[in-house]
Amino acid sequence: MSDAKPKVAFYWCSSCGGCEESIVDLAEDILKVVAAVDIVFWPVALDFKKKDVEAMPDKSIAVSFINGAIRMSEQEEMAHLLRRKSQLVVAHGACAHLGGIPGLANFWNKSTIFRTAYHTTVSTDNPAGLEPQPKTSLDGHELTLPEFWDTVYPLDAIIDVDYYLPGCAPHRDLILNAVTAILEGKLPPKGAVLAPNKSCCDDCDRNETKPEKMTIKEIKRPYEVLLDPKTCFLAQGVICMGPATRSGCGERCIEGNMPCRGCMGPTDQVYDQGAKFLSAFASILDASEEKDVERLVDSIVDPAGTFYRFSLPSSILKRKKLEAVR
Amino acid sequence: MSQEHFEPKLVGFLCTWCSYTGADLAGTARMMYAPNVRIIRIMCSGRVDPQFVMKAFQEGADGVFISGCHPGDCHYKDGNTKTLRRHRLLSRVLEQFGIERERFRLEWVSASEGTKFRQVCNEFTEQIRTLGPLNFNGNGGGPHERR
Repeated sequence: MSDAKPKVAFYWCSSCGGCEESIVDLAEDILKVVAAVDIVFWPVALDFKKKDVEAMPDKSIAVSFINGAIRMSEQEEMAHLLRRKSQLVVAHGACAHLGGIPGLANFWNKSTIFRTAYHTTVSTDNPAGLEPQPKTSLDGHELTLPEFWDTVYPLDAIIDVDYYLPGCAPHRDLILNAVTAILEGKLPPKGAVLAPNKSCCDDCDRNETKPEKMTIKEIKRPYEVLLDPKTCFLAQGVICMGPATRSGCGERCIEGNMPCRGCMGPTDQVYDQGAKFLSAFASILDASEEKDVERLVDSIVDPAGTFYRFSLPSSILKRKKLEAVR
Repeated sequence: MSQEHFEPKLVGFLCTWCSYTGADLAGTARMMYAPNVRIIRIMCSGRVDPQFVMKAFQEGADGVFISGCHPGDCHYKDGNTKTLRRHRLLSRVLEQFGIERERFRLEWVSASEGTKFRQVCNEFTEQIRTLGPLNFNGNGGGPHERR
């Protein structure tokens, strides 16, 4: 290992591990990355500890890729530590970028989540009714756990973020382009999302099948209908987030005959992906009378969860009003 | 703010062709009505982006209403139909965010209906006064452990 190579760190917060997998998915190209950089911290793959990072001089890491949302005190602490030690921080994947799937917990709070996870699910076996506590005493020793918050945050609500790698998980081409741009110092302005700034529909093969005037008479869920593998999902009455979602994902869902769920987040022109999709989607509903509109609208199961599937913590409202959570 | 001194903060998005003119008529006719509505003039009720409504609630509005031309009278033919669809869908979404349906209204007020405009403002103000403050602050809806 030579000191001349730029140092890189990878870290995970509230995430599923898919973003770590996305690094491994670089396949043989990861060897090029490994040849060009020194990986100094990567808990999922390498045995470095927090104290090793603490011992590094400030700004000595060229870039830290942090994936996952921030929902616990320990994640906040690690994000601050890596920010201090790094020249660049990249929010890696939908959860760090927007809050992601864990961000849907913002429709709930700590006590309702604990109630479900530790008490009411059928598979829970917890006769003593115990819940994790930040501090516990056992045989005269004090044990601690990170604090679990009511609210999930995207990474940039906690620390300054230089770039965003969108997607669940980010497409390998996006990761490779980002790494190359960083190594060559050919970076866009700070704050950029490292993916094309156009909508998913722009790159979609099914775009040609979109009717001249799009209307939806009945809203269907993917399992309720045999989906045509070539026709625009919206034209088939299925909610597809494509119009309000950034492209660059490689349309893997579309190729798998599943509609876009919105993991890439909005384009630069839009602040709130869910609200913008709501606007577009409502306008193509084929109903004009109050009763017909309400019947169609009420047939959507969980509209907020669908439109904000990946972006709730970074939306305008960010979470359900805490006092309203039951 | 204590409940008895609560003055509702309301935002009204009014289309320029019907509802804003109707509000103007209420003004020129010197009608007295609740001063709680902050009026924002737009070209068409169909121009109201759901982001505007959410931003209003997030920045402290206790209630938001959109007012446009009566069905069939839209200056742009069917802008208000789109507003109707968006209003119903957004109401459901806002409810999931803990914002009661009563806080987000859709009204049709024509250019000649100054009286109706007055009635809408008075009714909505009293309705929200009974409902109480929303307190949807910018930190995600209430006191929590971090900020």
